[in-house]
Amino acid sequence: MTTSAELPAAEVVGSAAARLLPADTPIRFLDHDGRLVPDAGHGRYAMPRTELLTEAYRRMVLGRRFDAQATALTKQGRLAVYPSSRGQEACQIGGVLALRDTDWMFPTYRESMALVARGIDPVQALTLLRGDWHCGYDPHLTHTAPQCTPLGTHLPHAAGLAYAARRRGEDTVALAFVGDGGTSEGDFHEGLNFAAVFRAPVVFLVQNNRYAISVPLVKQTAAPSLAHKGIGYGVPSEQVDGNDTVAVLAVLCAAVERARNGHGPFLVEAHTYRIEPHTNADDASRYRDAAEVAAWQRRDPVARLESFLLATGALTDEDVGAAREHAEAYASQLRDRLLHDPEVDTGQLFEHVFAEPTPQLREQRRWLEEELRGES
Amino acid sequence: MAITMAQALNTALRDAMADDESVVVFGEDVGPLGGVFRVTDGIARDLGDDRCFDTPLAESGIVGFALGMAMNGFRPVVEIQFDAFAYPAWEQLVSHVSRMRNRSRGAVGVPLVVRIPYGGGIGGVEHHSDSSEAYYVHTPGLKVVIPATVPDAYSLLREAIADPDPVIVMEPKKLYWSKADVALPVRTAGFGNAEVRRPGDDVTVLAYGAAVPVALEAAEVASDRGRELEVLDVRTLVPFDDQTVAESVGKTGRCVVVHEAAGFAGVGAEMVARVQERCFHSLHAPVLRVTGFDIPYPPPILERFHLPNADRVLAAIDRLQWDDQPDPRWLTEVPA
Ligand SMILES: Cc1ncc(C[n+]2csc(CCOP(=O)(O)OP(=O)(O)O)c2C)c(N)n1
Ligand SMILES: [Mg+2]
Repeated sequence: MTTSAELPAAEVVGSAAARLLPADTPIRFLDHDGRLVPDAGHGRYAMPRTELLTEAYRRMVLGRRFDAQATALTKQGRLAVYPSSRGQEACQIGGVLALRDTDWMFPTYRESMALVARGIDPVQALTLLRGDWHCGYDPHLTHTAPQCTPLGTHLPHAAGLAYAARRRGEDTVALAFVGDGGTSEGDFHEGLNFAAVFRAPVVFLVQNNRYAISVPLVKQTAAPSLAHKGIGYGVPSEQVDGNDTVAVLAVLCAAVERARNGHGPFLVEAHTYRIEPHTNADDASRYRDAAEVAAWQRRDPVARLESFLLATGALTDEDVGAAREHAEAYASQLRDRLLHDPEVDTGQLFEHVFAEPTPQLREQRRWLEEELRGES
Repeated sequence: MAITMAQALNTALRDAMADDESVVVFGEDVGPLGGVFRVTDGIARDLGDDRCFDTPLAESGIVGFALGMAMNGFRPVVEIQFDAFAYPAWEQLVSHVSRMRNRSRGAVGVPLVVRIPYGGGIGGVEHHSDSSEAYYVHTPGLKVVIPATVPDAYSLLREAIADPDPVIVMEPKKLYWSKADVALPVRTAGFGNAEVRRPGDDVTVLAYGAAVPVALEAAEVASDRGRELEVLDVRTLVPFDDQTVAESVGKTGRCVVVHEAAGFAGVGAEMVARVQERCFHSLHAPVLRVTGFDIPYPPPILERFHLPNADRVLAAIDRLQWDDQPDPRWLTEVPA
């Protein structure tokens, strides 16, 4: 049993907690028009390298065009469903660029843009949402877990994978995406606690896009910020302007670096906004006004970064044109590749339930084959 | 006027709330949005947002909170957004909701309802099409009901809300937009009663939820081919109506069970066991099952191969030893 003499004094607990606390206001480098703010990075975070920012810009242009194409394809019935991440480009691309190729990413259904930004073939990235197989890419080859739909349930996985990497002597970091709504699930809390107790090199990126389908943040939590949820578990946390790519990258790169150097998990809350409805099937007019959406559109992350990089001379008008052209070509290729229906292979039903199908599965597979032969 | 199953459920909630102040509705997106299937459409607006409200996104919290409210005078009706998202609430359902009455020697009942849209056939991506009824029926202390018709949707939900025990109402997503001419309020047979949806003398077909229309379609075709199927809509899995089932099989001597969920250790297995226990001497053939395969629910492009359809029911009917020959299926070796 612990005696009271062994417990740290209240002041010590207080100051330890203070070190874990996020900044009072979100970390920011750029204002809404893309101009550097006076207290950039709150003096706590370094400006990312210019090449990282120009690369982020290119991938954001591509990501946005991909996302618009996916939305259009859904309207044409080419995808079963599509949860757009328009407006969240800084987080989608920031999460990818903060990682090395060998680091692991744990995405949700919202992260199709991050998948393609990671270099995953767009048709493979959309396999799930096309109604084809559940996951279209190879998680081991891409160091990217299957997109997770049951909210928050992948967070303990990220902690476990990151911990395993440390046990194996690898310097791999895991970055897991989760939404504002997802932070209410039990697994979010268990994931943070496990990560902290086992000092797992994992970064939790909460994209606070203000809504969980129709439920606004005020109904989701009474916490001062979602970043504050880290401190109860001993996980240092930060909040960042999620539409400021410079800030997102600055904070995420620091968090990843920290984790890689053995200092354990980190939680980042990125304040952003979901411009489109939850998915194509959602009617957002039932729960939010157009004025609110318009206000957030004026904080557009792509335009903001573009203005900044043009002003600093890191990008030229030609670079901007080239990025857009490339994105156009990418989108039109994607459109062509998704024009036809995916191939139907009924044998897949019985494969991969286990490493080796059970006798029952072999039998059921034969029944289906017989049935299909009878039909033809 | 023709109304949909979703509308009948909506009216059942409104009527129950009007009759009893203690009935409250909550869950994810059930407030201003009206639920992703619009079952709670307009209820928060019309009856007040203290009677129908959104909660934080946490199913374990939703069900546990409902239990607490039920212990203290309320009758919560909670919505789980989709079948597979009930799993975070598993601990609450199995260790608490189902056992509170038993643990407290009857002192604490928990009159709460968990509504779960379930099943496939709607082109849903993974985790949106599970048939999870077997998990609940295997948990003593939970009643489990599944409407297949619009009037039953209304009546079973009303009865569930009035019930002194916890009831899982599984709503077949595929039938949410099915329509019927029905004047509400309507009361159909109570819990523990199966309904004969189509009489017949040759084979009893047991079905529930979205499998009922499949069985009826098969019965239509079978009748053209000279065999009359008696289609029983089981309606309430717990409590189960042994009597109506046994009477029907006693008459027909043959039985096929149809459901969407995987066959292995599914509800069909229980029904088959009960039929053979009670009707062994009336049976002319083994009782067969037409079910989903023993696989995780497949993606949309493959679901039509997984779901039971009328052809599969008819194929099973054909295998009921009409010529006293053993079923060839069980004589064939399992492929390597
Ligand atoms: C365990 C679980 N419960 C419910 C759902 C249904 N659902 C899908 S997305 C969603 C809202 C999620 O909101 P948030 O976490 O903020 O992420 P966002 O969609 O805004 O990116 C809900 C309730 C789910 N996928 N998983
Ligand atoms: Mg959200």
